[in-house]
Amino acid sequence: MDIKSLEDRFNEKIDKDIRIEPKDWMPENYRKTLIRQISQHAHSEIVGMLPEANWISRAPSLRRKAAALAKVQDEAGHGLYLYSACETLGVERDDLLKDLHSGKAKYSSIFNYPTLTWADMGAIGWLVDGAAIMNQVPLCRASYGPYARAMVRVCKEESFHQRQGFEIMLTLCKGSEEQKKMAQDALNRWWWPSLMMFGPTDEASTHTEQSMRWGIKRFTNDELRQKFVDATKPQADLLGISIPDEDLKWNEERGHYDFGEINWEEFFNVIKGNGPCNKQRIDARKNAYDNGAWVRDAAAAYAEKKSKVKQEAA
Amino acid sequence: MKNWPLWEIFIRSKAGLNHKHVGSLHAADEEMAIQNARDVYTRRNEGVSIWVVKSEFIVASDPDDSDPLYEPAKDKVYRHPTFYELPDEVKHM
Repeated sequence: MDIKSLEDRFNEKIDKDIRIEPKDWMPENYRKTLIRQISQHAHSEIVGMLPEANWISRAPSLRRKAAALAKVQDEAGHGLYLYSACETLGVERDDLLKDLHSGKAKYSSIFNYPTLTWADMGAIGWLVDGAAIMNQVPLCRASYGPYARAMVRVCKEESFHQRQGFEIMLTLCKGSEEQKKMAQDALNRWWWPSLMMFGPTDEASTHTEQSMRWGIKRFTNDELRQKFVDATKPQADLLGISIPDEDLKWNEERGHYDFGEINWEEFFNVIKGNGPCNKQRIDARKNAYDNGAWVRDAAAAYAEKKSKVKQEAA
Repeated sequence: MKNWPLWEIFIRSKAGLNHKHVGSLHAADEEMAIQNARDVYTRRNEGVSIWVVKSEFIVASDPDDSDPLYEPAKDKVYRHPTFYELPDEVKHM
């Protein structure tokens, strides 16, 4: 079949909402865009474990510690689902990791901010996981089968992450004056970076149109950001802490909250590698990879030896 | 380092049901594949039994052959019970 008719058949499937599977023909750009998007997502899960790792041993109770451990373990799992989905597009896991370590591949810029207090564990669960869920739920219907299926699993597990975060915030807000201050401080620091998680404005977003056409993005960045603000403001009211945005106001006419201008200079600066923790995060990943090399080698050598013994016995 | 081989993971969600494909992962050998599958795919009671199969041993049909493979089944309505007409008096059959 010639390219034109293959392309027509591909587009017809997309239009009919029929999933594309690994062995199906797909345009090279669709494949490349998916590899970029899915690997970026996988890297975000893995790097996203780092800001929380620091607090596992400092959690204020066994209950909180068990939840923090389970959450971080989930994130490792989510990274693995996504790397596997990405590999069905014909890339090797090792190459994906190399791209992360070299800085060629990106991950969510939010993880380049430091976690200064225990309240940050609350704010991350509530806001960062909340924003991630907004982004991810529509992707359960993504046009690429393995990606959509991975997202279904991720979304199922993610909602506990947000709830446990909100519960931490609620406990702090009901606590002493000092604890409430901690919660407010965490909200102040995490609010704007959370809004940035949805990416550049629709006007500035270079990939949106094509990705929407391909069904690997279902809502625009600005639509999702608005949804997040609308859902989160009443939750902040309930906690009794205030979102650090003077322009945040209900707009009766639009039926949405208006909100202030995001500092895009900061956003692009962090993406470029100049956030407070970019270097620390990548160094941690590289160290984990390099220091784990002997484990991988030993396991491979052991597997080879075992299969030899098995062959000789047969 | 070379990648560890890729394994396809099948999980039986509860006794009496069939194993179902849930995804894949890398592991050095079959033992580690089962342990990793336990950690990656059954953290919330999703399974009572795990199968792991090296991905290279899976043979799949070619999507381009879909028409010749599945077309012949489409016009054989007589393979379904509803094709056969029964008098109303026969209540269950």
